Amino acid sequence: MTQTPARTPLYDWHTRHGARFVPFGGWEMPVQYTGILEEHRATRTAAGLFDVSHMGEATVSGPQASAFLDHVATNRLGDLGVGRARYTLLCAADGGVVDDIIVYRTGSQSFLLCLNAGNTPGDITWLTEHAARFDCEFRNASADYAQLALQGPRAVEIATRLAPSTVCLADVPRFSFVEILLSGAPMLASRTGYTGEDGFEFYLRPDQAATFAEALLVAGADLGLKPCGLGARDSLRLEAGLPLYGHEISREITPLQAGLGWAVKLDKLGGFIGRDALAAEAAAGSPSRVVFFILDDRRVARADMVVSSSGKSVGKILSGTVSPMINQPIGSALVERAALDAGATLTVDVRGSAIPLRLAKPPLHKLPA
Amino acid sequence: MSSVPEDLRYTKDHEWLKASADGTALVGITDYAQQSLGDIVYVELPKVGTKFASGATFGVVESVKAASDLYMPIEAEVVEVNSTLESMPELVNQVPYVGGWMLKIRLANPASVDQLLDAAAYQQLT
Repeated sequence: MTQTPARTPLYDWHTRHGARFVPFGGWEMPVQYTGILEEHRATRTAAGLFDVSHMGEATVSGPQASAFLDHVATNRLGDLGVGRARYTLLCAADGGVVDDIIVYRTGSQSFLLCLNAGNTPGDITWLTEHAARFDCEFRNASADYAQLALQGPRAVEIATRLAPSTVCLADVPRFSFVEILLSGAPMLASRTGYTGEDGFEFYLRPDQAATFAEALLVAGADLGLKPCGLGARDSLRLEAGLPLYGHEISREITPLQAGLGWAVKLDKLGGFIGRDALAAEAAAGSPSRVVFFILDDRRVARADMVVSSSGKSVGKILSGTVSPMINQPIGSALVERAALDAGATLTVDVRGSAIPLRLAKPPLHKLPA
Repeated sequence: MSSVPEDLRYTKDHEWLKASADGTALVGITDYAQQSLGDIVYVELPKVGTKFASGATFGVVESVKAASDLYMPIEAEVVEVNSTLESMPELVNQVPYVGGWMLKIRLANPASVDQLLDAAAYQQLT
């Protein structure tokens, strides 16, 4: 299924700002502009602007819209207030993850879904199929939206410079959103993100995205705002301990293994797809768990490297990079429960050397020394 | 655009080699290579005295995104490694042809340098 990668409405804007592109999830996306380390640090200390228009969107509306979402999602969505957003997983009947998504309640009977780029075609097929049994209209709205993420300690201040004086963006709570005009463009501004920093994600019309991105960049220039690529997005989310589909969660790695049990409501009325498999796993205990770690070494653990305990393979690396904040290798691994429960020393094999994993609870860049 | 100094020799794997009259040479990776790799965070180099065949893996360079093997341009013995890269791997990004050098080698056969690409031929590959 080789296809020409799609381009976001910001492709020319990226080129103008010196981006280097990589294929990702069927899209040609900027991996970096000036460098991943610089972009990452700018986001942690000031602010970063990310084009995330490759993410898919879908809308659900109708009398049974919330019943449909509660049937397909692991988290509870029926009680989500209008103007609020919630993270949830979509699971298959065996408990494997189909996707992890954000659900926005845009009205009493209407929702907006934000889907992972690479999963969007599969999600649309899967959700369309299940929606047919509910009194609701499900629609792929991916072509209707560009998406920009403005993240970092100065993000709210920068966005405020483009907002009407009647609106106080700083008052929008986490996981809430407002419909607003910023720099004259109508959009949905959501106090969410994927970096572990404060900030907003903006959903707007594709034909207004480049002008808005440039307006943000100009508005934030004196505060240190930098355009950031997918490289920094990945290292930021890993430091923060946020899962990436295909790494910490997948068809093989359930939400319970990934430590996302807080987003799985086993007692939800009427159940949901995958509920029985996940309830059985919860009762028996997950056979393996996702852990995060730091290496006290210069060598970097990379995805698929083998994790061992006393010479025996007990798991594998899921994600690995160097933390630009602590200048040490960090990552995540899937490790057998027995090895974790025994508190055994875990090592990763990097080119023939066994390097000890120091397990740590994210955010990995904010641990006490 | 990446720089390709006239006075160096190159490989298709994006290493450069600067030969001296005394039969030794410096080895590093090209400007094109460092740009493609992005921010370099670690360079793993061999021990002094190690001998390598032409094309053998002599080390690894780790960027934020990935680890990449380093290939010996020519049959040689390592006589010195750039230990400054242990604490400042970013020199490979900043000055790939100067402070970012990786190895000083003694060539098994100094005449074999002529088999490497010259700047014009390497430029065609980038």
